[in-house]
Amino acid sequence: MSTVVVEPQSQPLAPQPTTPWKPTRKTQFAGAFSIAVVAIAAFAIVLLTGLAGIDGFGLTFLVVFLGATFVRTKRLNPKVRKDAMVGVAICAAAVLAFFPWMSIFVSVVVKGAKGLQPNFFIENMQLTTPDDELNMGGAAHAIVGSIMMVAIAAVITLPLGILSGVYLTEIRGRLTFLVRFVVQSMSGVPSIVAGLFIYTTFVNYTNSFSGLAGSLALAVLMLPTVARTAEEVMKLVPDDLRSASYALGARQWRTSLMVILPTVRSGLTTAGILGIARVIGETAPLLLTSLSNNSYVFNPMGGPIGSLPTYVFGLLQIGTENSINRAWTGSLVLMLLVLVLFLTARYFGGKDNR
Amino acid sequence: MSVVPSVEATPEPRELSVIYNRADRIFRRIVTSGALTSLILLGLIGTFLFVRSAQIFNDRGLRFITGSNWTAGSGDGVILDDFSIGPMLTGTILVSVIALIIAMPLAIGGALYIEFYAASRLRKLLSTLLDLAAAIPSLIFGLWGVVLFTSFGERWSILLNSRFGWVPFIKVQAEVFGRSPFVAGCVLASLITPIITSVSREVFSRTPRDLIDTCYALGSTRWGAIKTVVLPFGRSGVIGGAMLGLGRALGETVAVYLLLNIVFRYNFRILESEGGNIASLIALKFGEATEYELKALVAAGFVLFLLTLVVNMFAATIVEKSTRRK
Amino acid sequence: METLKQGEIKVVQDSQTSVTTVSASQTTATAVRGLETKNVHAWFGKHHVLSDVSLQFPERTVTGLIGPSGCGKSTFIRLLNRMHEFIPSAAMAGQVLQDGQDIYAPDVDAAAIRLKIGMVFQKPNPFPAMNIRENVLSGIKLAHLQVADHDAIVESCLTRAGLWKEVKDRLTATGGSLSGGQQQRLCIARSLAVEPSVLLMDEPCSALDPGSTLRIEETIKELAEKIAVVIVTHNMQQAARVSDFCAFFLTDGGPGYLVEADATKKLFTNPSDTRTADYVQGKFG
Repeated sequence: MSTVVVEPQSQPLAPQPTTPWKPTRKTQFAGAFSIAVVAIAAFAIVLLTGLAGIDGFGLTFLVVFLGATFVRTKRLNPKVRKDAMVGVAICAAAVLAFFPWMSIFVSVVVKGAKGLQPNFFIENMQLTTPDDELNMGGAAHAIVGSIMMVAIAAVITLPLGILSGVYLTEIRGRLTFLVRFVVQSMSGVPSIVAGLFIYTTFVNYTNSFSGLAGSLALAVLMLPTVARTAEEVMKLVPDDLRSASYALGARQWRTSLMVILPTVRSGLTTAGILGIARVIGETAPLLLTSLSNNSYVFNPMGGPIGSLPTYVFGLLQIGTENSINRAWTGSLVLMLLVLVLFLTARYFGGKDNR
Repeated sequence: MSVVPSVEATPEPRELSVIYNRADRIFRRIVTSGALTSLILLGLIGTFLFVRSAQIFNDRGLRFITGSNWTAGSGDGVILDDFSIGPMLTGTILVSVIALIIAMPLAIGGALYIEFYAASRLRKLLSTLLDLAAAIPSLIFGLWGVVLFTSFGERWSILLNSRFGWVPFIKVQAEVFGRSPFVAGCVLASLITPIITSVSREVFSRTPRDLIDTCYALGSTRWGAIKTVVLPFGRSGVIGGAMLGLGRALGETVAVYLLLNIVFRYNFRILESEGGNIASLIALKFGEATEYELKALVAAGFVLFLLTLVVNMFAATIVEKSTRRK
Repeated sequence: METLKQGEIKVVQDSQTSVTTVSASQTTATAVRGLETKNVHAWFGKHHVLSDVSLQFPERTVTGLIGPSGCGKSTFIRLLNRMHEFIPSAAMAGQVLQDGQDIYAPDVDAAAIRLKIGMVFQKPNPFPAMNIRENVLSGIKLAHLQVADHDAIVESCLTRAGLWKEVKDRLTATGGSLSGGQQQRLCIARSLAVEPSVLLMDEPCSALDPGSTLRIEETIKELAEKIAVVIVTHNMQQAARVSDFCAFFLTDGGPGYLVEADATKKLFTNPSDTRTADYVQGKFG
C-alpha cells in the first residue's frame, strides 16, 4: 500500500453556502406567473357566469387553481399529486379562516376612523341623540365607565387570583384539587350567566343597577383567567429556587413573598392584563347589572353607568347611519384598548426570562 | 467471642410533622382564605342559580325543557304564565353545531398551514394575528356580522336554497333570508375559530420531531407526514379545542342576539329566519320581566350553565390529557 | 507518522480493495457505484459546521464515521439523504453523488432520493398509531409504491432485520410492546421495506443495552451483504467490530473536517495520522 500526500497548489476561494433545494428565481417567477394566469382565468369566468362578489371570485379562483394543479401533476407520482392538491386545500382553509378577522380589523379601522374626532373623547351623549352628526357628542362617559368598572374588578380579582395561584403552587393544601377544578370549570361560564348571578344576588339585594354590580360580574369572569395564568407562571419557577431559600433557613412566607413572587412579577402582571383584556369588551353581563347611561357617573353605587360595550350595543340597535358610524368608532376604541393591553402583556410576558 | 450480627427488618419510616411558626401560620391562613374565597365565589354560582329557579322546576318539571311557549301571564289569571325553553335550547345547540361544523376544517387547515406550510416570518405574523383575533370582543363580531356579513349570508342562503332546497333542513317556509341560524352560525364560526386554531396549533407543534423526520426519511411528502404522524398524534388535542370552541358558542349572547330573530317555535331549518338561543333570550326578556318570569329566566340560565359546564369539563380533561402526554 | 495540517488532503490508495479517497482538485477517481461525496461543506446560517469532506461509500460495505462529539458527523450523514435541508437556516456546498448523479441537482426529487438512501435514527421510533405489520409497510404506503404481496415484504424485511422469529405471532401488536432493541430492529425493517441501496444509521445503538447492541451489529453485517451501510458511532469498539472502512472526523473548535479515512483494520492498528492514533487509543474524545 502506498501513501501519498498531495499538497494543494493554492488555496481556492472558500466555498460559499448554497441552498440548492430552495426554488430558484426562475421557478419562483414561473409560479407567480401561473398564479396570475389563474387569477385572470377566474376573473373571466366570474364575468361570464355572473358569480358576484369577492366570495364568488375566491371560489372560482380556488376551483381553477385546483384544476390547474391537478393537470400540472399529471405525470408525477400519485403521492406528489395528492400532496400538491392537499397543499392548495390547506392554504385555502387558512385564507378562509383568517379572512373574517382581517376584514374586522380593516373595517373597524376604516369605518371607525371617521368618528375619531376630539369630541369623541371629551363629550358624552347626554345632550345629543345617536343620530346626530359625528362632531357632536362623544363616548367619554362610556370610556370612563368602562375603565372604572374594570379597575374595580381588577382590584378584587388580582389579589384573589394571585392568592389562589400561591395556594396551588406553594401551599398545596387539601383543597388543591377542588380549587383547581373549580377554577378550571368556571373559566367557561357564559358571560350572561355571570351577569345573571350578580343580578339575582347583588342587584336584588341593593335594589339597584350600579357600576359596582357590573364590576362584580366582570370579576366573576376575570377570576378564573387570572388564577389560572398566575398558577401557570408560578409553576414555571424552578424548584431549585425554593430549595435554595429553604436551605438558607427562610420560612415559607418569606420564601413566597421575597423570593418567588418577585421572580414572577412580570408573569403576574401578564395574568392581570390578560384578565382585563378578557372582560373589557364584555357586553352581556353589563346588560344585566350596570345597564347603560348617557352621562357621566362617577359613583360606583350611583345607579346605571355607561360603558363602551353597552354604548356600542345600544347604537347598533338604533341602526341609523350615524349611530352605526358611532358604533364603529366605539369598536375601534375598544379594539385599540385590547391591542394596547395585548402588546403590554407580550412585553411583560417575556421579561421574566431575560 | 463471636459477634452474631442481628438480623433487623427494614425499619418503618418515621412520621414527620411540620409545625409552622406564627408568621407562617398567618401567611398560610391568608393565602388559604384567598383561595377559599375564589372557590366559594365561583362555586356559589351554580347553587344560587339553582335555588333561585327551584320554584320553576318544581312547578313545571320537565315541561320547562320540552315545552315551546314563553308567555308572560297577564297577572289577573286570564293568561297564565307559561315558560319553557324548548326551542331556545334546541336553537342554542343548533347554532353552535353549525358554527362548529364550519369552524373545524378552517381551524385545522389554518393550524396546519401555520405550523407546516408557512415560512418562519409569516408564521410569527400569523400567530400574532391569531392571538389578536382571539381577543376580539364578540360584540364586534356582532357588529361586523350585522353590517357587513349579512349580505353574503343572504346570497349563500339563496344559493343553497335554490340548489339544495329539497333537503329537509335546508328548505324554507318563508323566503326571507338574512337572520337565520345559518347566518348566525357562520358569524359564530369565525368567532370560535381562533381558539380552536390556537389549541390545534399548539398540539401540532408538540409532535415529536423524530417521528416527522422518520416519515421524510422514508421518502414521504409533507402531507404524507402530516397524515401519518401529526394528525393521529394531535387528535385528542384538536377535539379538546373543538369542545372549548363549542362551549364558547353555546354561551354566546350578543352576536346571536343581533343576528337571529327570537321566535318561539322549534326550528331545524337552518335557512329559516327564526331561532334563538338561551343567552339571547335572557338578554331580550330581562328588561321587562315579572318576578315569576325572572325566575324562569334564571332557570334558563341555570340550564345553560350546566350545559356549558359539562362541555368545558370534558374539554379540560381532554386538553389536559393531551398536554400531559409529552 | 506525520501530522497533517488542516487543509491538506490525504490520498490513500489501497491496491487490494481499490478504495480511493480523492483530493479536492482531482476528479479522476474511479467512478464507484454507490454513494460518494465531493468537497461537501455544511452551514447553519453563517456558522460553518462541516468542511470539505470527500468520501466514498461503495456497495456492500459498512463504513463507520467516528470522532468526538460536535465534529459534524450527524450533519454529514443528514447531507447524504437530503435531511439537512429541513433545518431552516441550513446551507451546503459540494456534491453528493448517488451512482454518479448529484442528488442536489435542481430537478431531482428529494423524496425519491430518500427511498434509495434510507435512515435509522438514534432513538427507536416506531409509529405509535400503527401495529408492527403496519409499521413495516408504512414506508410503502407513504411512497404509494405498488407492491404485490404485503405479507411477503413484511416477513422478508423483519427477517433481514433479525426480528421475524420474535414477532411473527404478534404482528398486530403495537410497536410500544417491544423492547428498545426490538423497536430499533423494527425501525430497520421499516427502512428496508422501500428497498434502499444505502442505509444510514445515526448512532443506532446508543440508546440500547449491550445485548441488543450486539444483535443489531450482527444485523448490520448481514445487511451489508446486499446494500451499503454508513454508521455514525461514538463507540470505537463498535466501529472496529462492525465496519469495513472508517472515517475519522475532528474539529478544532471550527468546522468539523475529515482527518483520515481508511480500512478499519489499518485505521485502528496503524493509522497515518497522530491524531487518529490518539483517538483510537482513547487519549481523548
